[in-house]
Amino acid sequence: MSINPPPKNWFQKPTGHERIWLGMAIVWCLIMSLMMPLWHFKGKQNSTGESYIVEPDDFFERTQRFVDNNQVDTLEGVPVVEPPPGGDAYLVARMYSWYPVLQLREGETYRLHVSSMDIQHGFSLQPMNMNFHVMPGYDHVLTITPTRAGEYTIVCNEFCGLGHHAMIGNIIVK
Amino acid sequence: MKTNSTNYRTCETTGKIVCLDAQRFIKLNAVSAVVFLLFGAIAAILLALTRWQTVHLLDAEWFYRVLTLHGINMLIFWIIFIEIAILYFTATSLLNSRLFSKGLAWISFALMMLGALMTNGIILAGEADVLMTSYLPLLAHPLFYLGIILFAVGALIGVGNFFGTIYIAKRDKTYKGSMPLVTFGATAAAIIAVVALLHGAIALVPTFTYSLGLTPEPDPAWYRLIWWGLGHMSQQINVCAMVAVWYFMATMTTGAKAPNEAVCRAAFVLYVLFINIASAHHLLVDPGVGAEWKIWNTSYAMYLAVLASMIHGFTVPASVEIGMRAKGYTRGLFNWLFKAPWKNPGFSAFFLSLVIFGFIGGITGVTLGTQQINIIAHNTLRIPGHFHATVVGGTSLAFMGLTYYVIPLIFQKDYIGRFWARIQPYIFASGIVLMSIGMSFAGSEGVARRTWDIDAAGIYGATTHLFLGMLGIGGILAFTGILIFVLLAVGTLLFGESNKGRAMKCWGVPETVADLTKEDGTVGEDKSAGEHSAGHDTRGTMVIVVIFLLAFAVYYFANWGALADVWWVR
Ligand code: HEM
Ligand SMILES: [Cu+2]
Ligand SMILES: [Cu+2]
Repeated sequence: MSINPPPKNWFQKPTGHERIWLGMAIVWCLIMSLMMPLWHFKGKQNSTGESYIVEPDDFFERTQRFVDNNQVDTLEGVPVVEPPPGGDAYLVARMYSWYPVLQLREGETYRLHVSSMDIQHGFSLQPMNMNFHVMPGYDHVLTITPTRAGEYTIVCNEFCGLGHHAMIGNIIVK
Repeated sequence: MKTNSTNYRTCETTGKIVCLDAQRFIKLNAVSAVVFLLFGAIAAILLALTRWQTVHLLDAEWFYRVLTLHGINMLIFWIIFIEIAILYFTATSLLNSRLFSKGLAWISFALMMLGALMTNGIILAGEADVLMTSYLPLLAHPLFYLGIILFAVGALIGVGNFFGTIYIAKRDKTYKGSMPLVTFGATAAAIIAVVALLHGAIALVPTFTYSLGLTPEPDPAWYRLIWWGLGHMSQQINVCAMVAVWYFMATMTTGAKAPNEAVCRAAFVLYVLFINIASAHHLLVDPGVGAEWKIWNTSYAMYLAVLASMIHGFTVPASVEIGMRAKGYTRGLFNWLFKAPWKNPGFSAFFLSLVIFGFIGGITGVTLGTQQINIIAHNTLRIPGHFHATVVGGTSLAFMGLTYYVIPLIFQKDYIGRFWARIQPYIFASGIVLMSIGMSFAGSEGVARRTWDIDAAGIYGATTHLFLGMLGIGGILAFTGILIFVLLAVGTLLFGESNKGRAMKCWGVPETVADLTKEDGTVGEDKSAGEHSAGHDTRGTMVIVVIFLLAFAVYYFANWGALADVWWVR
């Protein structure tokens, strides 16, 4: 009876079904624990959290330089920028837009730098449904390889104010 | 009883001694909890009807305001007020002790109430549209932080009063041997609460002084790390308290007997030991912390807190099975379960809570909290889909079940509207399950949480809207469930028949089956003393937990499969 003090000899080894279940649960927990390091080395999708401290103004300057050097087009007034394969790409998050539009090539790898000019935002790539956190003061580097061509939408998924729902960006993969 | 300074009464139903001081504060805290639950529920229905994109009730400003209100009133005020009541109860009645200090209980209650009113006032005034987490650099009015700090200090004092009570009970030897399992679980919850509330202070005090312009801005990444030390650990308090309530309800409604108390207690100890930096679960796709840190802190090389829950997932139904088989329900695998008192709202709420917490909340939680899988879940509706199955379908439902006993036993009023009470847990549970599934699927379609509108993005199709409709309808059902719960509780306090001087009116418990005695020979005897699971038949539970493990594995690996499908990222 769990609402009364237990009998004196309550300290007993588990037996029977309980013992079997304990064994199964321990094995399962171990499997789950090992999956993460395994995927870290063998898997293709990892969040390493690579990041550098950065002043928002600095980050914006670097982004602007990136845009000036690599712009290929304009989409609804926003520059479309194609980084060199294997090179760095920059994405600024701010209330309430993503800047610029990125144009990437399928199968190429890029170092995508994301940071915020103001408060926290969420980088949510749709319809892939890949999500990363964006902070002011941190240059979050995602080393990405688009695996499929198409037009992708960036949705903000960290609350950032009344325009949060309309903070929409674009990535084009050719 | 050593002291005469306090008054006691003997409970006519359980034979336990009830300290009248403790009784007063159990009442005060429980009533406050229910009031804030109602408040949070009104917010909840407005949210559900807004996220149901076809209805889209509120405007953007009020959506975020009401979302802030909902999170805080539910997760903090409802849950913590009732947990303080549970702590007072488990430390006094179950240990035959008096409450340590009436004064402390008053101070605790006053601070909590003051903090809660202050916070709610400033939110409704539109000065704190920062959501529950108030991530910097978003900044609310200083009174928002002050209110939460006062509430937390009050709660901490209440927890101190609990430890004081345990201390005097031990000193005065009001009970023999080890403390009861339920009190042991509550103690584990209280220990975690101290650590959690200290994290809260570390995160919120500098934010409060910053909001007053006295100190520089704390680093937003640091704030996230420490804030989730409060936020995640609070969930561990809830789990611990809920499991303690499960054991209590199982005993009260079916005469359950744990197969082996050493195992149950060890599992509670695991919660206390392995929860410290679990805030990692919330930073899995954050900059500023590395992969090693994330992997280590989500699992500590082994999911020991998860193991603890999996242990309780066995021992709780197993104790019901053992109790029921002892009463003679021995046929087949599941006769004990079918013959359980499903019309007793205490039992149905407890058992549904167990199933929802385990099968939905637990499985999704561990999966979403896996370092890499979090990439396809972070900040989507999958997250609220998960935690409405833990802290709502699990914890809140268990606490509702408890209330069906607290009001007759502590307030000494028999419930009115007994038919409605019997169906209330089912309505609430089905609503929450529906909503949680709707949220989870919408989240898998990429719908963000905490977002007023999804049509602006122009990318979500009919299926997504269907899932959001499911969220809405589930929300309406769950809201109805809460409304019935609150109306019955308040109605009973006002109009219920007093049961002073007699046992509470029974909700229905399984009778011992007399005619099976001959076959079994032992039925009806108390086999619990000194005997352990070797002699206990828990086949039915074994089948249930194996099904559980299979479901877990399928969901877990399906998510790795889904992850393997997205862009490569390092
Ligand atoms: C009638 C029952 C309930 C309904 C219909 C409901 C509905 C909702 C909805 C629609 C959201 C917003 C999801 C989003 O857009 O991100 C939400 C958020 C939330 N709910 Fe509930 N809920 C209910 C009960 C509860 C309870 C009992 C608790 C806690 C004990 C709770 C805790 C929360 C929390 C912590 C959030 C997140 C707030 C935030 O993102 O800041 N809910 N709920
Ligand atoms: Cu944003
Ligand atoms: Cu946003």
